[in-house]
Amino acid sequence: MTIGIVMLVHTAFDRAEQVARHWARAGCPVVIHVDRQVPKVTFQRFVKALSDLPDVLFSRRHRCEWGTWGLVAASQDAAELMLDRYPRLHHVYLSSGACLPLRPVAELIDYLADRPQTDFIESATTADVPWTVGGLDHERFTLFFPFSWRSNRYLFDRFVDVQQRIGLRRKVPRAITPHMGSQWWCLTRQTLGAILSDPERRRFDRYFRRVWIPDESYFQTLARLHSSNIESRSLTLSKFDFQGKPHIFYDDHLQLLRRSDCFVARKIWPHADRLYRTFLSDSQSADARQAPNPGKIDRIFAKAVDRRTRGRSGLYMQSRFPKLGWENGATSGPYSVFQGFSDLFKDFEPWLARATGAQVHGHLYAPARAQFAHGQTVINGALPDTAALRDANPKAFLTNLLWNTRGERQCFQHGPHDTPGIIWHISRDPNAQISVISGAWAVPLFKSDASFADLRTEAALLQKAESAMLDEIRSPDVKARVRVWTMAEFIEAPMEPLQLVIDEIGHRAPRRLAEAPVMQDLTGFGQFLQNLKNHGMHPYLMGDFPVDPAPRNAQAARRKPYLVKN
Amino acid sequence: MRKSRQLKPVANRTDRIRPSDLLVFCTARNEGIRLPYFLKYYRDMGVNHFFFVDNDSTDGSLDYLSRQEDVSVWATHGSYKRSRFGMDWINGLLRKYAHGHWALTVDPDEFFLYPFCDTRPLRALTDWLDASTIKSFSAMLLDMYPKGRIDAQPYVAGQNPLDIASWFDAGNYAISRNNRFGNLWIQGGPRARAFFADTPERAPALNKIPLVKWHRRYAYVSSTHMLLPRGLNLVYDEWGGEKASGLLLHTKFLDTFGQKAAEELKRRQHYAGSTEYLAYHARIQHDPDLWCKWSEKYINWRQLEILGLMSKGNWA
Repeated sequence: MTIGIVMLVHTAFDRAEQVARHWARAGCPVVIHVDRQVPKVTFQRFVKALSDLPDVLFSRRHRCEWGTWGLVAASQDAAELMLDRYPRLHHVYLSSGACLPLRPVAELIDYLADRPQTDFIESATTADVPWTVGGLDHERFTLFFPFSWRSNRYLFDRFVDVQQRIGLRRKVPRAITPHMGSQWWCLTRQTLGAILSDPERRRFDRYFRRVWIPDESYFQTLARLHSSNIESRSLTLSKFDFQGKPHIFYDDHLQLLRRSDCFVARKIWPHADRLYRTFLSDSQSADARQAPNPGKIDRIFAKAVDRRTRGRSGLYMQSRFPKLGWENGATSGPYSVFQGFSDLFKDFEPWLARATGAQVHGHLYAPARAQFAHGQTVINGALPDTAALRDANPKAFLTNLLWNTRGERQCFQHGPHDTPGIIWHISRDPNAQISVISGAWAVPLFKSDASFADLRTEAALLQKAESAMLDEIRSPDVKARVRVWTMAEFIEAPMEPLQLVIDEIGHRAPRRLAEAPVMQDLTGFGQFLQNLKNHGMHPYLMGDFPVDPAPRNAQAARRKPYLVKN
Repeated sequence: MRKSRQLKPVANRTDRIRPSDLLVFCTARNEGIRLPYFLKYYRDMGVNHFFFVDNDSTDGSLDYLSRQEDVSVWATHGSYKRSRFGMDWINGLLRKYAHGHWALTVDPDEFFLYPFCDTRPLRALTDWLDASTIKSFSAMLLDMYPKGRIDAQPYVAGQNPLDIASWFDAGNYAISRNNRFGNLWIQGGPRARAFFADTPERAPALNKIPLVKWHRRYAYVSSTHMLLPRGLNLVYDEWGGEKASGLLLHTKFLDTFGQKAAEELKRRQHYAGSTEYLAYHARIQHDPDLWCKWSEKYINWRQLEILGLMSKGNWA
């Protein structure tokens, strides 16, 4: 009792020869099908190279184009030849020239001998699997596909469209329920024989000849008809990328493949010398292998698909430059923008750093230079503080900063002096937390010794800039978490909003703030605002400040800050 | 086409090229000191044949190159500037010899790096690209520099320049899209930081597409920054995913640089009136150190992948 190996080969003949010899050495007869597109000389050279092995046979050649009937016809003929010549086989294993046995053949033979009635073939109904490429699942079985997908994609797609539109349908033969799965199977003699000698076979063949990718559905469907015991999985390890193309194994996958529990892997890169040397050597004993850990292989290839389809959030680089809205996160992590806080409080930045443990910058978009934390002129990633470089692409500056410092919460100050263009991007970024004390820009003016005429002009400019910014962060498509307090509102009960914002940053376990930042002395601020008004400049963003404030009661009614967007 | 007639074959060994060979194309001028390591680096990677255009070298490079068995070399006295910085010459050779081959177009100071390059030869990459029907492969220019004065450690022929210029900027690159050709426009790195801080728009472009499955209809438009037809420039994903990409480690900043900059200034054969070299010259005079506290030291491609400078894409 032994097993027979069917090999479909179209390239890398030296490797196919090596593998065929390996099977033969272990006593397995091999039937090889060579694609008819392979030149005759190459084919004959290949046949000759294997002519010393009596149990390596060649079956009738078919033209095998991907997704067409030829592959099924090739498998049928090869399997027929195999069953015919070797009556003592109990299983037939379908493999390709790029397959490599990972475990000693004897183990495979024993494994199958223990399960003489089991057919190993991945076989699922179309409704239940998301495998298909190009959105064709059950339609593989109900439409016509006269045009090649590989060489004539345009006509292929158009013809599918037309059929979908006019509702053209093929009839599925009544006896069968379409199933599909990996084309690499291992079937028992009984099942395979029953499929090949089915009295209805001509009818089934005629039907499948016109099905899309029949090599993934012919045996998968008919095995359901004839098998008494299907184990729906492939013994061949085969991983597919996001386009349904098989991943290729290289020398550096050696350790990984050693931990696979599969008997055969595909596809192997033909130049992977080390893999072929290792797995085809007879000295490879069972104990040299490590405990199977197929999960690791799954993870690596799942990660590759994820990287290709979703990428790393917040990364902009030469091969990832998402269109607006397709970033999967415009930046690499949450960050906070504070406006007016460092005007209202003395030493707000060091206080914030202590309270949150975050990296706290000054005004990153200040006119003269980016004010990085601790007065640095260059920061992580060698990002310089130069204003011209930053303003040439303000968004890239921000995404770079956040990418370079990923893992560490970033906070920075913003104000009406600063590069305005960036606010559009920040306010549309769900990672951003924007907190504004509107009108607080008036405090430095109030503290300033400059001439009142200059201050008045400055105040008018800043108010206009801040007003435009507030409009921006209140627009309906804003995705940032935005909070705005007027200055009057804020100073009534400053600890409550501060606590709220800092809890949200959430770096440290939530607790009451032990230390409050020191507010600037605002005695006379009301009068200062009144003076501006008297000169015709009406400051309104800071809310109402009485000229002569009555002593404030700390227990005065607290107003809730309003949340523009949650 | 006309410009390629300026080329005089000195050693033409193209009859030895087999259909599946991997080819390197390179323009050089007085780069003799770099050539031994350059050839070794790409031979080890699995490149089968080199095409050189020698632009009027006076350091014996032409002799050296014509003695190499896997090199074909052409000489020209033509103007580097008027041949669009050598691209007319290279395009001519590509059209004639590279059709159907994977062709890598690099300068003598550029070292191509791709995912898994320490365990898989270049052919593994090109086979995978073929299987994925990808025709062009992006590799951003990553400027490498030494720590300390760039003229402090003398470079000797045959030495790995990365032993000296082993530092780079990890996260200092600004990208915008060029709508005319569909390519990305990348600027930044140490050159933007040190030489173009006030004129960022003049900082050199770092986007490059050096590896292409060549077809005689193709042409490089401006250096290897962009190609025609435009579809070849779509080496980046626009829907959030990452395509596979590599890097060109640019080892321009060795002790040879000062002399080179002075010479290039005299010749005025470089892009935009050689403003780049003017800027270098001015800076190099008083402060020839590109290193900063946040510079990153090169370890391997995996480090560069983690930093987000290149990507494995779906190659695993």
